[in-house]
Amino acid sequence: MPKKSPFHQRTSQFCQSMNWKDWAGYYAVVSYDTHHEQEYFAYRHAAGLMDVTPLFKYEVTGPDALRLLSRIMAKDISKVKQSQVTYCCWCDDDGKVLDDGTVTCLSQDHYRVTSAEPVLHWFHQNARSLKVTIEDSTSRFGILALQGPLSREILTHAAGGDIASLGYFRLIDCSIDKRKVTITRTGYTGDLGYEIWCENKDALAVYDAVMESGKNYQLLPAGLAALDVARVEAGFILNGVDYFSANHCVINSRKSTPFELNLGWSVNLDRDSFIGQQALKKEKKEGSLWQFVGLEYDWDAYESIFAKFDLPPQTPAGAWRTAVPVYGRNGKQIGQATSGAWSPTLKKNLALASIRTGHFTMGDTLQIEVTAEYERKRCPVKVCKPMFFNPDRKRN
Amino acid sequence: MIKTVSKPKTSSYDAIIIGGGHNGLVCAAYLAKAGKSVLVVEKRPLVGGAAVSEEIVPGFTFSTFSYVVSLFRPHIIRQLDLVKHGLQIIPMETTYNPIPGDRGLVRWADSERTRDEIARFSQRDASLYSEFGLAMGRLSRFAKNIIDTTAPEPASLNPKELFKLFKMARLFKDFDGKLRYLNVKLMTMSAVDFLQEWFESEPLLPAMAGSGIIGTFLGIRSPGTAYVLLHHYMGEIDGAFRAWGFSKGGTGQISLACAKAALSFGAEIITDAAVDHIDIKKGRASGIVLENGDDIRAGTVISGLDPNRTFLKMVGEHELPDDFVTQIKRYKNRGSSGKVNLALSRLPNFKDGRPGHHHLKGDITIAPSIDYVERAYDEAKYGAFSRRPFLNIVIPSLSDPSVAPPGKHVLSAFVQYAPYNLKEGADKWPEQRDAFGNAVIDTIEECAPDIRDCIIHKQVISPWDIEKMTGLTEGNIFQGELSLEQLAFLRPVAEWSRYRTPIHKLWMCGSGTHPGGGLMGAPGELAAKTMLTEGGV
Ligand SMILES: Cc1cc2nc3c(=O)[nH]c(=O)nc-3n(C[C@H](O)[C@H](O)[C@H](O)COP(=O)(O)OP(=O)(O)OC[C@H]3O[C@@H](n4cnc5c(N)ncnc54)[C@H](O)[C@@H]3O)c2cc1C
Repeated sequence: MPKKSPFHQRTSQFCQSMNWKDWAGYYAVVSYDTHHEQEYFAYRHAAGLMDVTPLFKYEVTGPDALRLLSRIMAKDISKVKQSQVTYCCWCDDDGKVLDDGTVTCLSQDHYRVTSAEPVLHWFHQNARSLKVTIEDSTSRFGILALQGPLSREILTHAAGGDIASLGYFRLIDCSIDKRKVTITRTGYTGDLGYEIWCENKDALAVYDAVMESGKNYQLLPAGLAALDVARVEAGFILNGVDYFSANHCVINSRKSTPFELNLGWSVNLDRDSFIGQQALKKEKKEGSLWQFVGLEYDWDAYESIFAKFDLPPQTPAGAWRTAVPVYGRNGKQIGQATSGAWSPTLKKNLALASIRTGHFTMGDTLQIEVTAEYERKRCPVKVCKPMFFNPDRKRN
Repeated sequence: MIKTVSKPKTSSYDAIIIGGGHNGLVCAAYLAKAGKSVLVVEKRPLVGGAAVSEEIVPGFTFSTFSYVVSLFRPHIIRQLDLVKHGLQIIPMETTYNPIPGDRGLVRWADSERTRDEIARFSQRDASLYSEFGLAMGRLSRFAKNIIDTTAPEPASLNPKELFKLFKMARLFKDFDGKLRYLNVKLMTMSAVDFLQEWFESEPLLPAMAGSGIIGTFLGIRSPGTAYVLLHHYMGEIDGAFRAWGFSKGGTGQISLACAKAALSFGAEIITDAAVDHIDIKKGRASGIVLENGDDIRAGTVISGLDPNRTFLKMVGEHELPDDFVTQIKRYKNRGSSGKVNLALSRLPNFKDGRPGHHHLKGDITIAPSIDYVERAYDEAKYGAFSRRPFLNIVIPSLSDPSVAPPGKHVLSAFVQYAPYNLKEGADKWPEQRDAFGNAVIDTIEECAPDIRDCIIHKQVISPWDIEKMTGLTEGNIFQGELSLEQLAFLRPVAEWSRYRTPIHKLWMCGSGTHPGGGLMGAPGELAAKTMLTEGGV
């Protein structure tokens, strides 16, 4: 049975729909209302407050903390300054991705890692002979994600600290309703946003204070369904959906490398050895088998597929995650779209996809499978970078 | 915002568009995209016409006139890349009908919840509600075919025209018998009679019938209002019919997005530049003359103004055939609506016992009974504004906080009836404006008793003001009523429904042409496309 997060008392009070799911062993709200639309629009035009406590959290401490993380992460963690957060992924010896998450430098000998899956064993295994302690702090903290264009105003009201000058992927220790919190300018919506870390005992007070400050800004509690649409627009990959951790793959071909997931920018190859380095260097030289891309449906074609059945175009109400085939010019399958959504903001039907290298270039038109009235059809899609929505306010 | 000047760069253009309403701007964008040199000439300091956002009090952005969007054609958004130019729509999820001293009726996005709400008044209506929605949805799809193409010309022998009629007939034939009758009924009945074939209870009936009278000088019991009902059902957002939404930053942002698209294709826009008349030589439009005397030449002149203003003021009767002038004079512009915009220090309390404000996020219609709405019409028939008007209220700041300071709100009330022709004369509106505004606030007060305590500023707009500000004749919000005899191949008048006019090289592109009024962009688009294919420009 799933656990209750320290915010449960509030989230359950607001969750009218009773629409919950199990997220990493916790109860998590899918949508507070019967339909997630209001929550989505809050993320994009006001702000949404989401309980992201289920993220796995680890405190890596000791004089060798940095050495351990540099060894594990594909990114060079030594470049991460104090009070900075970085997004990164980590691989097995073959350079296949195990998970992706964030690393925060709290001090020289204290780093914090978040991940989608438990990593304790992997970290311990690689920490042999290092002076480092790894603590699973997952159930010690509650985390709230406050996301949306008005999140800065709301937090400025709620928190005693200089939120206004907090930079992108930076951290500040301050207080909300006299409780100690750590605020990072991070999130999973591709918009301006923050994550607020607090001790379990302070969770409800912090939640209430943020909601109270949000009153004048149309802040809404928001759930996973709205988030899923936002993250597709932002082009963020999801472990278990857009790729599978190498730990869970029965067959090798299912595994992915950072380069294949468009995470090449987060890989620093030329430095002391790290796990997967050899394989990744080789791949960098020889090229990757797959590429992770964005797809935009040709709307007129999409509409006409449904018009043949005298139906209006049917877009899914939320984001979808059941992979569908993508076909190349010769009509053969060359990849799969792994998630997608109709973007109410961009007014486009979007998908994220893995396509075999060599069968396309950016801007090409490929075909994607579409089911209309139980029949499988193909709809043209344009290949683009997997980042559809990227407002200035996210970083500025 | 866009920066505009009031002097054109050159003295001659392929096309000059009179009026920077959203249709003029859409038309400009399509023509410029096709490589034409285009100048848009707008009287006011800002573009948008009936679709503008104005900061009337610091921090409060009002959608001065038009306030919600639904009919805007999705393919225009795509073809002109309007999202890139700033268009953002936030859907409205609820429809609320307050009743003084009661919980009122809320229709939610959640159909089960809506059924429970309606069942409070009638179990039978509750069980029919979704069936009705489906039937209207099917009819809307038929209607969509009409609004996305130029009007068919029934008198024509051109095979293309015949095919168009045939295609429509075939679509119509695909309807089962019941739906076909429904369609005929829609075209001829009153909104109330039509709805009474389905429903029996108040406030559901007047709430739904309300959209049948918007912009018309007709009562909910007047024949023909059922069609206007469909016109409002036809709106779609992202393919979902019957979905209305707010434009982020007010409806003016839609016009601005159209303007930016036009500019990006190379069109020019001048503002603070009122056109005095169209220059016509030997039955051919050759340019325009501004009120300041400036003379600008054009290969084609396109009017985004209503037919009355275009032909009777910009062209002049003497240039036109007599029977055409007669028809234009007969064209109905009877203005019947006003607007009250309020800046609020906080949200008013609708004493309805409902927790929170979720139910106030969509539209709020004050139409508690059929008799109430009909009585409102009675007063208007005899040249007075309604003491207790039909109101369509929205509080966009609940969905789009950018239009008001934190914690404060803007409230927009669309009011019917406010006849342009008061029995004392239209020019008496400035004297009656305050009393009209008070009648509206009194009406709101009956549901939200503390409304007066919340008001920081009010802007009262009579149909006379609408005419003064936007040039819409008699303040008719649709550039002419959407009544059956002035729709499709009859809009604005028979034989001239294809954006052409009796004056060579003078075209029309405003809401006074097919498919009519509302924020939809279709007249502008179809006019441009027709001109481009028929050598008009
Ligand atoms: C109060 C009100 C509420 C409404 N509410 C809604 C709504 O909620 N939803 C909806 O879909 N529709 C609504 N409508 C209808 C909709 O706004 C109009 O149908 C639409 O905006 C008309 O656009 P247009 O471009 O055809 O014409 P207009 O917007 O009328 O454009 C004409 C332009 O010409 C300019 N002009 C006039 N005279 C001159 C001159 N001599 N020289 C130069 N320029 C001139 C005007 O300033 C104006 O910019 C409303 C209208 C009103 C008035």
